[in-house]
Amino acid sequence: MNEMAAVGGTRAARHAATQRLLERVFGGTTLAMALLVLLVLGGVAVSLLRGAWPALSHFKLAFLTREIWNPVTDEYGALAAIYGTLVTSAIAMVLALPVSFGIAVFLTELAPNWLKRPVGVAIELLAAVPSIIFGVWGLFVFAPILQDTVQPWMMDTLGALPGVGMLFQGPPAGIGVLTAGIVLAIMIVPFISSVMRDVFETVPDVLKESGYGLGATTWEVIWNVVVPHSRTGIVGGCMLGLGRALGETMAVTFVIGNAHDIATSLLAPGTSISATIANEFTEATTALYRSSLIALGVLLFIITFSVIAAARLMLMRLDRRALSSV
Amino acid sequence: MSRRTIRKLTNLVALGLSACATAIGLVFLGAILWTLFKQGLSGFSLSLFTQMTPPPGATTGGLLNAIYGSFVMTLLGILMGGPIGLLAGTYLAEYGRNTRLASVIRFINDVLLSAPSIIIGLFVYELVVVPMGNFSALSGAVALAIISMPVIVRTTEDMLNLVPQGMKDASTALGAYPWRTITSIAYPAARSGMVTGLLLAVARISGESAPLLFTALNNQFWSTNLGAPIANLPVVIFTFAESSYQNWIQLAWSAALLITLAILLLSIIARVLVSRMSPGGARR
Repeated sequence: MNEMAAVGGTRAARHAATQRLLERVFGGTTLAMALLVLLVLGGVAVSLLRGAWPALSHFKLAFLTREIWNPVTDEYGALAAIYGTLVTSAIAMVLALPVSFGIAVFLTELAPNWLKRPVGVAIELLAAVPSIIFGVWGLFVFAPILQDTVQPWMMDTLGALPGVGMLFQGPPAGIGVLTAGIVLAIMIVPFISSVMRDVFETVPDVLKESGYGLGATTWEVIWNVVVPHSRTGIVGGCMLGLGRALGETMAVTFVIGNAHDIATSLLAPGTSISATIANEFTEATTALYRSSLIALGVLLFIITFSVIAAARLMLMRLDRRALSSV
Repeated sequence: MSRRTIRKLTNLVALGLSACATAIGLVFLGAILWTLFKQGLSGFSLSLFTQMTPPPGATTGGLLNAIYGSFVMTLLGILMGGPIGLLAGTYLAEYGRNTRLASVIRFINDVLLSAPSIIIGLFVYELVVVPMGNFSALSGAVALAIISMPVIVRTTEDMLNLVPQGMKDASTALGAYPWRTITSIAYPAARSGMVTGLLLAVARISGESAPLLFTALNNQFWSTNLGAPIANLPVVIFTFAESSYQNWIQLAWSAALLITLAILLLSIIARVLVSRMSPGGARR
């Protein structure tokens, strides 16, 4: 009898020991995998800097300020690419902001319930379409339309204006900085409007109802109650869209024209950081060429990560579960 | 005009504009899908799935090697990124829930979630391609794994947080260690949500093109060697669409349609799973 209890006791003790061991292994593994997330970000920063070092130490700060990009003489400057990235993203934001805001307003305040879900899903599906599809579509469908109808019209009307006119002159090539900006705008609208919609939905009904109770119109409630209440979320969502636009590669590469020049006209071809890397990386023959391309990657890393980090900080204050779509 | 009329007019105009904005968004979605189907379907035939990508000048050809390459790399990517993401998400939701470390990791993960994929491509180029000495299917899969990871971490954490605390407490009260509670109680309860995360991650990586340009590259021929460059749909679209051969452009459209169909299908399945998971999730 005593023997049996002793056997049972050791078995229980062994079982407990196994459980404790498994606990340590499982808990330790989850922690290790979580730390891997940090390691990836650290690894990205370190390996990019290491790859970019030859170019950065060779050109020093002039890399940032020179427009020249000449593989024949092995001289590289990032200015044209930086300019293209910033200008295309700016065009995209100017176009995408009002449209996204309108969609978010429509989905939260205006649409009848039977319409809300299908339209919301459709807009989110647009966000799931891979960027290369936008690129191909932009190149074969959108650019010709711009070239044949929109751009000649722009040159005749906007191009004739004093001051801003020089932005809309030159031959209508179809592809160029403006086209890239518009395609980017189409791409980021679903992202920004999904965030905005989620943020709008966090506004307590009581606040809106008190607005209506005072006799405000729907628009007045949106503009004076919903928007102020969700200001941080709106800005965060926009910056998330901006981060996406700045780093977007495939949609831009097809339609920007890939010319390392800074042209005054928005209709002229240009290039962006990501388009340059995507187009030239596998053709880079010299070590300095490849290193310069990685240095462009470092610039993109710094620009996009600061924008995204700022956006995430703003969105963090909101309930994470409210932001289901990003 | 009275003040009241002006207010009413402003309201009407503003709401009208917002409806217009939605219409614009839907028109572009429709336009893109319509072109994709029109151009892509005309190239659909049996040879698309039985023949290799053609050399310049050839009149026939299909996408068999590219479909296979995309499939293999996506599968390998999710096999690597999936377990890492699931476990890291488990740490954030269970072990580290309220710790400082977890909030830092959560923040970094959210940043990685929206990081440009081309940067991940450059990273994997330095990490895998340079030491190995050549472009390879394996490096492509690693890049895709890194891109899928943050998506899975995020959804896993969110879904585990939806499991009622009472259920986990009941398990703890029976004397179960946390690992047992997590694997036997929390995982089964959150299963459909976690599967959704995996599906969304597959959808995300199967359309990624930029990181594959400097990792998997492309291959005109059939290849099953993970240490060698491999053909894949996104890079085939990229090279073929910018060419001047009519049949290459046709194949690019067909490849684009294939990818989009796969991704839309995955997204819709994921959506159905989520709406089954929780009554709150049925909203969207």
